[in-house]
Amino acid sequence: MKQWPLVLIGFLFIAAWPLLVDDVFLQRVGALVLLAAISASAWNLLGGYAGQVSVGHAVYFGAGAYASLVVYTELGWPPIAGAPVGVAVSLAIAALIGTPTFRLRGHYFSMATIAAAELFRILAANWPLLGAAVGLMGPPVPRTVADLSFLSPIPYHYLFLAVLVVLLTLTWKMQRSRMGYYLAAIRGGDRAARSLGVPVLRYKLYALLLSAGFTSIAGSLYAVMVGFIDPDSALGILISVKLLIIAALGGAGTLFGPLVGAMILIPLEETTNAMFGGGGTGITFIVYGAIILLVARFQPRGIAALWEAITTRRASRVP
Amino acid sequence: MILLQVTVSGLLMGSVYALFSSGLTLIWGMMNVVNFAHGDFVMLAMYAAFFAFTLLKLGPIFFIPGAAAILFVLGVVVYLGLVRHVAKGPMLAQILGTFGLALVLRYAAFWAFTANFVSLPSNLAGGTFDFYGLRIEASRLLAGVLALVITTGMHLVLTRTALGSRLLAVAEDRNAAMLMGIRPDRMQAVAWGIGAASTGVAGALIALFFYVSPTVGESLSLIAFVVVCLGGFGSVPGALIAGLGIGVIQALSAYLIGAVYQDVIVYSLFLLVLWVRPQGLMGTN
Repeated sequence: MKQWPLVLIGFLFIAAWPLLVDDVFLQRVGALVLLAAISASAWNLLGGYAGQVSVGHAVYFGAGAYASLVVYTELGWPPIAGAPVGVAVSLAIAALIGTPTFRLRGHYFSMATIAAAELFRILAANWPLLGAAVGLMGPPVPRTVADLSFLSPIPYHYLFLAVLVVLLTLTWKMQRSRMGYYLAAIRGGDRAARSLGVPVLRYKLYALLLSAGFTSIAGSLYAVMVGFIDPDSALGILISVKLLIIAALGGAGTLFGPLVGAMILIPLEETTNAMFGGGGTGITFIVYGAIILLVARFQPRGIAALWEAITTRRASRVP
Repeated sequence: MILLQVTVSGLLMGSVYALFSSGLTLIWGMMNVVNFAHGDFVMLAMYAAFFAFTLLKLGPIFFIPGAAAILFVLGVVVYLGLVRHVAKGPMLAQILGTFGLALVLRYAAFWAFTANFVSLPSNLAGGTFDFYGLRIEASRLLAGVLALVITTGMHLVLTRTALGSRLLAVAEDRNAAMLMGIRPDRMQAVAWGIGAASTGVAGALIALFFYVSPTVGESLSLIAFVVVCLGGFGSVPGALIAGLGIGVIQALSAYLIGAVYQDVIVYSLFLLVLWVRPQGLMGTN
């Protein structure tokens, strides 16, 4: 990690962001960037490092989001108490779906993940416990501080930052461990990895479990902050796509790629939403689509590859 | 009797599924690239048919080939402008490229045509008639039969003509085909054109009896994936059988369990088949 001064500056900037800007909109964007970075970094563990492109991570995001609000509506617990429940459900779903699905390669895997996610979305949209098509609401007014219901985005900012730091530290450790090398081998190709003695299915499953767990936590945090979810906002295919786009734009399979992607896309999304109002979601997704189309066409390995090209050129210039 | 009625309408719908899925299977088999915007192509064709009728007062005889022609051009343009380049990149780039296209098409339609459902007059192809107690809408019958004929035609073109041989040669072995004087790039552009044209016809046919909305493509894409995976990629007869099967399963589960669960049954079945036979029902590997 030769670039640690840059990482430190970046971290200080992000940590100081809500204090630097006085505007609630900008503070909220900051918190949302961190939340998106958590979700996309979680996706990155499986989709980036292990190269298994999941287009169904909304399942885990939704499990976390629904678990948070269900423990509130059914048991009256503070929503954040649902996070461990969401993680448990996500791990169960991941183990159930992952084991057979990992035998599929390439596009088949991506398609199976889409189908599985859509399955869960339709089921949730018709299950009264989960609010069916209407969705669920969190506590309208905070009962205790444990409800984590704040008017200001600043507490969320630091909560999300703490989770992101844990996740990225874990990812960094993982990258440098045996598992990191195994996943890199799996990304290069199943058969080659297996012939080198890598337990392919087992490590794919480890990556999925880690990825699903953190995606679920991101879902819970989202539900806690926003206080309202419905099948489309928690389980829709666009959620899955968003995680993938953010990670891929920054650079899939790199430590800071998802964070960089989130820092570009989320401010863009919030600005277009604010500019075009209610009908803005349409415009937002046109912009999203255009960006990933162009990235795929001209810079298929994301911004990280661009950055790498710049830094290696500089390094070769100075002997 | 009612079960027979449901099965027949499932077969008619399934034959349209088979038609646009054949287009996807052709593209997939040719270059191992999945078009995530395939269902959105169908959506565009549905709008093309709708506007051809409402604005230009053109009937089905004109707007069906018209939609096919428009989509053929779109397919070629998409191949030359996007797919040709992303196909060389990592798989993630292929998924992103066509998914990005899907989002752009879907939400541009959303923006331009609003989210409101629109539909063609239901009697465009004639009313409903009775066939030994079976009640069949003329528009659905026309769509089903025409889709069946065109799908069969596509299969014959692929297996019986020089163009088909050239296409299959590129699918089989790109380099060997090049040595035989076939230009793979041109053939792949043609495959994208034909694949998209199949969605053009299918979309115009579906518009005869189904409402049109910007997001209709999402579920159609998934149905096409299911059909192609079940039929084995690259196989038009496989897509035909799988398409008819999916149509019947959907219709029966909608009738027996409830319309909202019809896709749950289809996706579960799809996952089950993938897990048991990862190469598809009729695929070989």
